[in-house]
Amino acid sequence: MSAGGPNRYDALVVGAGHNGLVNACYLARAGLKVLVLERNPYIGGAAVSRRLYDGFTYSNCSYVCSLLRTEIIRALELPAHGLQIIPYEGGCTMMRDGGHLALYDNHDAMRREIARHSRNDAEAYDRYVRDMLRHCRFIKPLLLRTPPDPTSFRPRDLKELLFLGRHFHKLGETRLYDTLRFFTMSCADMLEEYFESEIVKAHLAGSSIIGTALGPRSPGSAYVLLHHYMGSIDGAVGAWGFARGGMGAITQALAASLQASGGTVRASAPVAEIRVRHGRATGVVLESGEELTAPVVVSNLDVKRTFLKTVKPEHLPSEFLDEVRRFKIRGSSGKLNIALDGLPHFPAIPQGSPATRGDMHITDTLEMVERAYDDWKEGRWSRAPYVDMLIPTQIDPTMTPDGKHYMSVFVQYCPYRLADGEWTAARRQAFGDTVIDAIARHSPDFKDLILHAEIRTPWDIENEVGLTEGNIFQGELTFDQLLFNRPLPGYAQYRTPLRGMYLCGSSTHPGGGVMGAPGANAARTILGDLRRVQ
Amino acid sequence: MSAATRTRYDTIVVGGGHNGLVCAAYLARGGRRVLVLEAAARVGGAAVTREFAPGFRASACAHLLHLMPASLMRELRLEQHGLKFAAERLPTVALAADARHVALGPGAPAPLAQRAAADAAALARWQRQIERFARALHPVLTETPPRLGTDSWREAYALLGVGWRLRRLGRADLRELLRIGGMPVYDLLQERFSLPLLKGALGLDAVLGTNYGPRSPGTVLSLLYRAAASAGVDTLALPTGGLGALSEALARAATAAGAEVRTGAVVERILVHEDHAAGVALASGEEVSARSVVSSADPKSTFLGLLGSEHLDAGFVRRVAQLRSRGLTAKLHLALEHLPQFPGLSAAELRARLVVAPSPDYIERAYNHAKYGEFSSEPALEVTIPTLCDPALAPPGRHVMSVIVQYAPYQLAAGWDGQRQAFTERIIATLEAYAPGLRAAIEATELLTPLDIEREFRITGGHWHHAELALDQLLMVRPVPGAAQYHTPVAGLYLCGAGAHPGGGVMGLAGRNAARQLIREAA
Amino acid sequence: MLTESAPHFRQPLLKTPFHERARALSQLDSFVPWAGYTTVDVFTSVEQEYFAIRNASSLYDLTPMVKYRIAGGDALRFLNRLVTRDLRKLAPGRVAYVVWCDDEGHLIDDGTVFCIAANEYRLCTAERQLDWLRASALGFEVDIREITEEVAALAVQGPTSARLLRAAGVAGVEVLKPFEHGEFSLAGGTGSGTIALLVSRTGFTGDLGYELWMQPADAEAVWDALVAAGSNRAVRPIGSRALNMARIEAGFLLPQVDFVSAAHTLYLGTGRSPIELGLAWLIDFKKGHFTGRRSLLAEVARGPQRQLVGLDIEGTKPAHNALLYGDASGRKEAGSVTSATWSPTCKRNLALAMVRAPYIATGTQLWADIYLNRELVWERRMVRARVVERPFFAPARRRATPPADF
Repeated sequence: MSAGGPNRYDALVVGAGHNGLVNACYLARAGLKVLVLERNPYIGGAAVSRRLYDGFTYSNCSYVCSLLRTEIIRALELPAHGLQIIPYEGGCTMMRDGGHLALYDNHDAMRREIARHSRNDAEAYDRYVRDMLRHCRFIKPLLLRTPPDPTSFRPRDLKELLFLGRHFHKLGETRLYDTLRFFTMSCADMLEEYFESEIVKAHLAGSSIIGTALGPRSPGSAYVLLHHYMGSIDGAVGAWGFARGGMGAITQALAASLQASGGTVRASAPVAEIRVRHGRATGVVLESGEELTAPVVVSNLDVKRTFLKTVKPEHLPSEFLDEVRRFKIRGSSGKLNIALDGLPHFPAIPQGSPATRGDMHITDTLEMVERAYDDWKEGRWSRAPYVDMLIPTQIDPTMTPDGKHYMSVFVQYCPYRLADGEWTAARRQAFGDTVIDAIARHSPDFKDLILHAEIRTPWDIENEVGLTEGNIFQGELTFDQLLFNRPLPGYAQYRTPLRGMYLCGSSTHPGGGVMGAPGANAARTILGDLRRVQ
Repeated sequence: MSAATRTRYDTIVVGGGHNGLVCAAYLARGGRRVLVLEAAARVGGAAVTREFAPGFRASACAHLLHLMPASLMRELRLEQHGLKFAAERLPTVALAADARHVALGPGAPAPLAQRAAADAAALARWQRQIERFARALHPVLTETPPRLGTDSWREAYALLGVGWRLRRLGRADLRELLRIGGMPVYDLLQERFSLPLLKGALGLDAVLGTNYGPRSPGTVLSLLYRAAASAGVDTLALPTGGLGALSEALARAATAAGAEVRTGAVVERILVHEDHAAGVALASGEEVSARSVVSSADPKSTFLGLLGSEHLDAGFVRRVAQLRSRGLTAKLHLALEHLPQFPGLSAAELRARLVVAPSPDYIERAYNHAKYGEFSSEPALEVTIPTLCDPALAPPGRHVMSVIVQYAPYQLAAGWDGQRQAFTERIIATLEAYAPGLRAAIEATELLTPLDIEREFRITGGHWHHAELALDQLLMVRPVPGAAQYHTPVAGLYLCGAGAHPGGGVMGLAGRNAARQLIREAA
Repeated sequence: MLTESAPHFRQPLLKTPFHERARALSQLDSFVPWAGYTTVDVFTSVEQEYFAIRNASSLYDLTPMVKYRIAGGDALRFLNRLVTRDLRKLAPGRVAYVVWCDDEGHLIDDGTVFCIAANEYRLCTAERQLDWLRASALGFEVDIREITEEVAALAVQGPTSARLLRAAGVAGVEVLKPFEHGEFSLAGGTGSGTIALLVSRTGFTGDLGYELWMQPADAEAVWDALVAAGSNRAVRPIGSRALNMARIEAGFLLPQVDFVSAAHTLYLGTGRSPIELGLAWLIDFKKGHFTGRRSLLAEVARGPQRQLVGLDIEGTKPAHNALLYGDASGRKEAGSVTSATWSPTCKRNLALAMVRAPYIATGTQLWADIYLNRELVWERRMVRARVVERPFFAPARRRATPPADF
């Protein structure tokens, strides 16, 4: 490939989120002249580490790491570019009655911990873990593959369908049924097949609702739970960890890797429009008026933002635009980033337990989680929210001064549109207060330790990060928007109705989380198409 | 076998509900000597017409016939066996509190097109599309579900057959089917329609008899399922004499084909000899032997009660025990002194199926209660006044109102005893918003909660479909893997009830499919 | 007593009632986890401990063995549906070695069932089974309670074990036949009174031996009495490593080593049936239904695909994890070794191996692919291996009743 002129590239990537950067890295490594354009003055999209309060680094949006595919970390040499991922040491749910359930790495400690609540559950947990590993084993090989179009008769699609058929067949009859059931069940029903204790179910159910406009009783939520188990750290399937230096460390390493292979990132370069001529993407126009051209334009933006805001409608079939409009991307999550003057005390957690060095939850029954969802359905933030809070500075020494701590609080549920009016600063504060009060019920000194709090509603996430409706997965992970339906039926292979234009964000298969698979899969498609053209 | 052994039958059918009778009729037509054993004094199971107050009769559970395929009724010559319809092709009227009701279906009193032209057009489009889907899916319901992951060519062929039929829908329809199949009906309605009343009425169809609200993924499938059963032909019908009359016609069809039907015969145990079903033992102590046994009882009763865990593997038993089978649907019968007034509807228009589900959000809120073991404070309702078409169901001049109520959890946190009256009050209050003065017309009421349905009809959990119609309990995993092709782990024991594919509702397909499977296996 | 000195998140493993005594005698401080307890791997040297088993007597702390009390009106029906053997003939005072399978006929675990009284049984097994036992109890009137922490257990195994018990003050054990148990007492313990013991003539060594079941409070006194009685008579406490050599000689299986429990398998096709594990003699197809029966019948009809066999291997180097071939050139894969040891008693290089169908007959010649470490210079050797009968070592003394003194 060759590209003449300073404003001419082989490929332009719109959006320097982790998927855009992964995509650009692969394209650059294949020898393309790649430019990534980022609207914000900083790169990273939703995988950023920003300093909003003196001396404190926040993982402002995404906050923990597991899903980033090992294949990508290795292929792009991210460790050499500074990425280090450190596993959690524990986790817990604190109960309203002062009790707690902790999660421990050690199998015997874990069994004895669950046995405090239910001896039956302590042993059922082994079966649960086994079954989750079985399901993970099934789904993982599919993540880095392009979904076939089941309505197509093209050899490529038939071949992939055949692969999937064989992959399914290899499970054998019984496990195949188990897998089918699992993928269609509600998380609550699934957990009830294993556990009797509310606290165990409530703790595990957390992962089934994160970022999702579903409750634990909604069918399909078991899959969302699995989506959070699909990652691994150093071969430990389902393990989660911190990126040293915050989640921005991932995108910084990606940017460094990109530069090392000759690609470029430009921050503060908002794209106003993707240019199209005769049904083919030809480049972009920046808000500054500057024009850049390339035969390949890749959008890391979500499918709605890409086609409804960045491409002129006359270039697209109206039925396609209708389908884009009905894509479900409802925001359901909020986020608090809190600078703390010291480590808060959680009386429920015994002295010396590593339970605070991982996810901490405060919803202690499935009903409480489900009721939190009911609030979202009515257009209000959960009065008793599910929170996933972490204090990564207990493990990561780089993010705060000694003795100070940073707490990341992910909140489910928080609607993009409130039933009683627009988001305002006062309402944002009220939302934040709801969350802080909920946490303070489990930590008497928590409020006094707060030095600064950044409160983000879905509305804020949309405005700052650019995710439509603040949906952290760039589109909901429901049956109608997974696999060959993601983002839209017939457009699940990273291509778009416009030649030379591709999607590489989490709107595409296999979806959200800091996984990088959409970016890598899109790059494979693009490079394949370029080879075919030649 | 004991000395009590009498005639040796080819097949004993446990339970004389509509599926048991359909199964018996087909087996008998296939030349088998069949005995149907029904515990109650009359055949029909939950498809019976009962007197709930002196002189007032109503269909106990389902009160309209719309799922049973025409082919089945034709094959069993039900009309010759006395089945008559008091009304057919009934419209649905979505009730509005402001009396601006909307009628769907034939004979619309207030055409939707006048209220919302775009919705009317969208509805017509949707109905055409769902008809196409229904025709493509209908064969899936009328056949034994294929097994997956086996090396059998027969199964692979069956699967390919399903795939081929779906592909014949064409690309656009197939894409849409694959997209909406797992969707919440709430989202589908949001995409296509704007009038909340219309969305509510359509949404109710998707959740009636299930454990879900309109926002639950998978509810579009129950809508498709409903349509697929009758192959897309819209046929809300009211059998003369209620649903019990259908059961009686089925019993006559079975008897005419040579089957024997015994009522008042409570089966206590399924007998097993050398790992093969060998007959049944009755509560009376009598034992009846047969070469095979088909159970129309729910899977939990069949496996855990009648058969017993000792004949089954522990993993299988665990699956059966975990089957979700707690009912969420109640039935209210009102004996009315006179016909209530529904502002906005004439007496003739009241013959319709009346629906109280003003919006999907209304249904979802009704469902919220059920999640926490409460009954809906404002339930969603499906109402019929069968006496308008079939006056014989009540004393002259009087009326029966039959109400299907969603949601009433089997396990009410407060316990049903002591709560029945409160719930009845809530339902009547809900109805009164559309029929002021209804309360004054009420002479007697009867509420059948899932708990009552369990007790009276011997359905574990009182679920109308025996086992929840959910994505993870459908097709080749219904009721549980290992028993989804009508045969069970015990040779000679089959399932033919609503717990088997394709599920409940007065459809009869489980009975017919099971009979065909049994005959095929015996061949 | 069971001591819990630190919370479980600091010390996940429990200590057995013998722990303090064992620690005092441990020279190597070599402990390993077993079913939630910490137990001794090696006290002094594997060799010395091994010879205690085959020459005199050994003491092995069996407390972590998971124990369940199974009682109730349906206890027998429940157990008979759980395991592959027919337990209807198991009278009070008898013990049976049993295995149980999942629906697919794959082995979940093995263990021993003690018939304590009519409708009261004790099930002892290497791993926790509550989840499966509860699933198996659906539809049965049976009460299942784990009593692991309530019962301390000590295996006394070796040719002098009967004499040792007698010398320590346990009178009358010689009447016990193999797979019998009875109530005995230990007179003159450290305290004033006598100590009640349940003694079974069972073990994992294939030698004469007994297992002692007692209150945790009595554990140290029993230990002390045995150690005192056996001092200067080659009696030793042993760790798991020595026991492992003895159990391979006896041809016994170890879960997660010779087979992976069907409760843990992740991959397809890794579950193993009792038939494949050479335990077909434990299956009674005539007794009525038990979990896995239909799958096992189908397997019988299909014929064996693979089987666990004993191997006698050329040379002295234990063939740990060796791949097996049907030909010296290593083209025909035949299976792999699951357990291997040099047997100091048989003077043979022994192994248990899972091999494919054409290679399972006794006398079949196989080749084992062995890696030899010559001061970090690794060499690969194809050595001859022959399929032989198990057990490899079966002395007459293990069955003699009354037992001889040595």
